[in-house]
Order: sequence, then structure tokens, then C-alpha cells
Amino acid sequence: MASYQDITFSKAELARYDRHIIIPDFGLAAQQKLKAAKVLVIGSGGLGSPLLLYLAAAGVGTIGIVEFDVVDDSNLQRQVLFGKNDVGRAKARAAKSRLQALNPHIKIQLHNTRLTSENALQIVKKYDVVADGTDNFPTRYLVNDACVLLGKTNVYASIFQFDGQVSVFNYRDADGVLGPNYRDLYPTPPPPGLVPSCAEGGVLGVLPGIVGSMQANEVIKVITGVGTPLSGRLFLFDALNFETRTFNIKRRADNPLNGENPSITQLIDYEFFCGLKNPDEKPVKEITVETFLKWQALGEPYQLIDVREPNEYETANIGGLLLPLGTVTEHADQLRRDVKVVVHCRSGVRSAKAIRALEAQYGLDNLYNLKGGILAYQEQAQEV
Amino acid sequence: MATVIIPTPLRKFTNNTAKLNIEAGNVEEALLDLSTNFPDLKKHLVDEQGEIRSFLNIFVGDDDIRDLALGKTPLSQETVVSIVPAIAGGLA
Repeated sequence: MASYQDITFSKAELARYDRHIIIPDFGLAAQQKLKAAKVLVIGSGGLGSPLLLYLAAAGVGTIGIVEFDVVDDSNLQRQVLFGKNDVGRAKARAAKSRLQALNPHIKIQLHNTRLTSENALQIVKKYDVVADGTDNFPTRYLVNDACVLLGKTNVYASIFQFDGQVSVFNYRDADGVLGPNYRDLYPTPPPPGLVPSCAEGGVLGVLPGIVGSMQANEVIKVITGVGTPLSGRLFLFDALNFETRTFNIKRRADNPLNGENPSITQLIDYEFFCGLKNPDEKPVKEITVETFLKWQALGEPYQLIDVREPNEYETANIGGLLLPLGTVTEHADQLRRDVKVVVHCRSGVRSAKAIRALEAQYGLDNLYNLKGGILAYQEQAQEV
Repeated sequence: MATVIIPTPLRKFTNNTAKLNIEAGNVEEALLDLSTNFPDLKKHLVDEQGEIRSFLNIFVGDDDIRDLALGKTPLSQETVVSIVPAIAGGLA
């Protein structure tokens, strides 16, 4: 966080934040801390909507949004950040216009991408506090691990049907004592299929509104140091019976990230960890966008193959030879054998399939999957 | 007799009952009782080795049984046992 004492406010800002500043326990200092803070909100959906609206309204100086999705009609039942006119728009962009209209005094930084093991550390490290409003286990563990590895506080909320959970993970208190993280609470995720997702199980529209607002409250407390954050405690809300419970949670010695014998020192493959990848599928050789760009810069010889469809290629391409996945094995003769062949698609799934098929049929051993596909490439190019 | 609170995702295995009164001296006995009365619930509570699933937390009162005596954590008449599974929903 930048030194908050140096933060100043315009007349318009002072008028806007007056009801904060006059709270005796909050005051100008807390408002300065908010303006100095950089908060990353992961997911701008059900939880992200109230979170972003309240953080923007409260005057958090820099808000980052990680979101790759597009606004859909079925979102509007709970994602109050968006309106009918936003349907079809990228959520990140629609969120930005709404939030800037709400508060023009703050900065909104967009990360119009899926959070992955490849980009998470780069993105998270630019922020002071993270608020996790994602909707799936792999990303939950990814966000948690990235926050623990980088020493960031992770304000967590999750919902299902009528139930909500809130906690503050990896929070270091004023005495320097570190609180538990998600892996202390849940060492492993449920196997796929055992617990239904929101897409299958549904969710009461107002629930993320309630729970996401509590999450925003915790973010503001963590930033300002006002009150006692929900660290070391798990809050549960049952909207159906209107019952709340708060449990004590503790750090555990066997936490693989920061327990007594840590075994995880970098981000892992979270799809695999959550059992979403078939363990029988042989891993393919991969290269990161970073390495690929290095090859280009150094003039390393390679051939680039794009296994997407022609319409996708037309929209955007990075100069690869177009051989769609469905027919790629029939055109194996067009693949060079004398140099490394980099295969890519949109996100890296189809290209991995293509490589497996080509390796199986032709025994090729010079194929490399471009990790994260053209999406990761474009993201990296934007940053450079 | 302790009161066991069943979380929403598991209520479909308990005939949509949210709270059950169970005659049990400790957590292990309570889980056994639940598994006997609701066989479909069993695999969601314990794994093949009979260990409590690691995506499930069981709290007796306000505390995690991992900080108490695990399955041997005693239950009394007034004890409230909460089963709290990991849920991941947010924006979906």
C-alpha cells in the first residue's frame, strides 16, 4: 500500500465520502487508506457484483477485476452490476463502465482473462488485498495458493443455493500473527460430481447480494484496520432458516503450503488437483508464452500450428498455420520434423488433444503445446 | 441426544431434514447413526476407509473437531454438531 498519509482528496471526494469520514472510529485516515489501497476482485458475477459496487462506492482507490465471461440473460437474476443492455458484452468492460459511472475518482484495472496457474502470481502481486468471488474449486485453490505464496490477504465468500460462507484467509494481524487459509479449512476439494455446482444446484438471487456485501465489509476492515476481521473464523449464513453460525478455525501443521513441512512451493495444476482431468491422459510437452516470445526474439527456429476453426482464425491469429483439430492428423505431412513445432488453440485444451493424437499416430516428439493458448498470448502481449 | 445440522447440499439425503436429534456419545457414533439411517448420505460423510471426508468439516459447538478429539469428541444433550462442506459457488 502507498503511504496513505500522503493521500489527499478533492472537494468533490470529501463531499462524497463525508458519511465515512464523520464516523468516529473511521475518520479521514481510514478513507485515505481506502484510496491508497489496491484490491483485486476475482469474478464479477453474483458475489463480485455487490463487492465491486460497494468497494467502488466506498472509494477503494484501485480496483482490479479478473473476469473472462460475457453477460448472459441468466446472470441478471443476481448480478446487479449489469443491466439488460449489457447482455452479450464482456463482463469486465460492462463492470468498468458501471463502476466508473458510480465513482469517477477511482481507477479500475481490467484483467479480461481466466485466472490460471500461469498468470495468477503476475496479476495478484500488483494488489494489496484479494477478494475471491469465483465459482469453482480449481480457482478457489488457485486464488488461495497464490495469496499464500505472495503473502496477500484473501477475503473469501462462497454460496450454494441458500447457504453462504465468509472468511478472511491468510491475514496477518497487528501483532504479526498469521491466520489460517483455505487449505487449513478444506485440505482437498470434493471429487467432481459429489457436490453440485451453482449451474446445476441453482442459487437464490439475493444470497450473493447479502454474502458479497459481507465480503466487501471485510475487505474494507482489512484495508482500514478498523474493527476485527473475520480471520480464524468461518461465518455461515442459512438464508432459508435465517440462521447464522460462526466457527473457530485454526492453522494446521499439515497444511502443504505453509504448515510445518510445506510441499507446495509454486502454483500447481488445479484442474488435476480437483480431479477434473483424466489422470490417464498423458501430459504433453508445454511451453509458456514467455518462452515462446523468447524463441521469437532469439530467432530460434520453430513452426507454429493453429488448431482452431477458420472463423476463429479470421477473428484473430498469431500467424500460425491453420490446421483445425478435426483434420489435423490428416495433414500431419505439413508438420515440420526438423524444428520444434508449437501447437496452439484458444486456451490450450484442443491443442493438447491435437498433440496427443499426432504423437499417438505418427510418434512425433517435437510438438509443444502453447500454455493458455492465444488467450494467454494476447494477455502477455498486452502487458508487454 | 445431540442436534446435528445438515447442510443444504446434503439435505436431499436426509429427506430434506435440516436438523436431526441423535442419541450418540461422540461424533463417531453420531456419524454411524446418520449413515445407518440414511445410507445414501454415508459416502458423503466418510471415505472408503471410514475417515471423515477432507472437504467436510465437523464442528461441535463453535469448534472444529480437529481441534478437539476428532471422532471421539464427546457429545452431550445440548451439543450442536454442524456438518459444513466446501462449497464453491459464486458467479456461475
